[in-house]
Amino acid sequence: MTIKGKAYIAGVFEHPTRLAPDKSVAQLHAEVALGALADAGLTRDDVDGYFCSGDAPGPGPASMAEYMNLKLRNVDSTEIGGASYTLLAAHAAEAIALGKCDVALVTLAGRPRSEGMATGTAPRPRDPNQPEAGWEAPYAITTANGYAMCAMRHMYEYGTTSAQLAWVKVAASHHAQHNPHAMLPEVVTVEDVVNSPLIADPLHRLDCCVISDGGGALVIVRPEIAKKLKRPLVKIIGAGEAVKHLTGGTFDLTVSGAARAGPMAFAEAGVSPADIKYASIYDSFTITVIIQLEDLGFCAKGAGGKFVADGNLISGVGKLPFNTDGGGLCNNHPANRGSMTKVIEAVRQLRGEAHPVVQVKNCDLALAQGTGFQLATRHGSATLIMERE
Amino acid sequence: MPRKLTPPVVTAESKAFFDAARAGKFMVPVCTACGKTHWYPRAICPFCTSDKVEWHAASGRGTIYTFSVMRRVKEPYAIAHVTLAEGPTMLTNIVDCDLDTLAIGQAVRIVFQETENGPPVPMFKPV
Repeated sequence: MTIKGKAYIAGVFEHPTRLAPDKSVAQLHAEVALGALADAGLTRDDVDGYFCSGDAPGPGPASMAEYMNLKLRNVDSTEIGGASYTLLAAHAAEAIALGKCDVALVTLAGRPRSEGMATGTAPRPRDPNQPEAGWEAPYAITTANGYAMCAMRHMYEYGTTSAQLAWVKVAASHHAQHNPHAMLPEVVTVEDVVNSPLIADPLHRLDCCVISDGGGALVIVRPEIAKKLKRPLVKIIGAGEAVKHLTGGTFDLTVSGAARAGPMAFAEAGVSPADIKYASIYDSFTITVIIQLEDLGFCAKGAGGKFVADGNLISGVGKLPFNTDGGGLCNNHPANRGSMTKVIEAVRQLRGEAHPVVQVKNCDLALAQGTGFQLATRHGSATLIMERE
Repeated sequence: MPRKLTPPVVTAESKAFFDAARAGKFMVPVCTACGKTHWYPRAICPFCTSDKVEWHAASGRGTIYTFSVMRRVKEPYAIAHVTLAEGPTMLTNIVDCDLDTLAIGQAVRIVFQETENGPPVPMFKPV
């Protein structure tokens, strides 16, 4: 059993807002849902599968299903943080392949910016029943200092430098300048990044993604339906997912779950990293990109710093164009969860609908990669490979 | 002045550890079935799934596996993973030191730190 060729991404929508003080989270979910359905040429009444994650208000899918008045025969609300949407896209394809639904809707939305959330620098509340809670909360691990510990170890083992990390941000900023919705459209230099204030050693302010309101949605359908619609055909051909954790206290923080999720996705798709024309790589921080690129096999473990340097991720300049919307580092990080916009930009690239300056020529094979939760402790990873037909 | 520490959640599984911590003793969980020490402590060994897990007094010695000094707060602090002499690597803080002199590989030793209305928690300081 495979999902290869069994489902198509027929509709995508990225909410244009980056600050939404006058909207509710449920409203944003519904707006992106309707946007993606309109993009596909479908309506709410066509939806029979709904896929959401921890950002959807209410436990699981029930509250949003009611709000949007959906009539469903398949639901999934798997929560692996920011990687949930590359994973849910694959789960939707699985459900479609099994005949469990025909038109799957995946939504993401949130308002951390309006709510004044200190996304990266304050510990997040946790369920006291989480078994690790008592062993971690006193130490004030936050998103920023956790990912920073991974960067510190990567530098120690492989000689990765702050300037190399900075190149990830520089490349993202080169793309963001063409995106009218980007929160940070200014092009920055390596010097700008390494001279920005330290947040958590060795990560500087410009190594960190933005905090934004907004959202996005996908509509994933059976092949027969996709072929009746007017949109370019974007087919899901492979996926992989993994949860990486601290394994009883024996671990390597320079490796992410992508080291397992990536090979699964490539094997299912029957392609290799060298075949990929465009990659959306979750960029919560610059180090996140470097570690995932290595784990996915775009370069050897430890060579990520050299790989991203000198503009290698800039569309039209380097060998691996990435995050051509500006990514989480410059464009948008709705609900503090980045993998939805990763899929959306990959679909734009495969359709030939990215901004003309950053559009990859003959882009027929793309990858979207998510990493959710905490890279320095336990996280989810999900890889999705898509092909233009 | 060190920052105020969030007290740990104490559960049926962790009570013995924190009781010992109040007496200044640093205990680690050792599985008598497979002989391995794990972290964080569990009643079921994560390596072999045995429930023959016992608390053993640890040396309190370790080395810094990685760390980061959080700068964007009122009182900067060092989060770290420390590899214990007994084997496993644990999340902790490095305290009682000049935060600008920390390094991966540095030798550290245990120092319990008081939490707000809770038991003390294990942290480390450079040897």
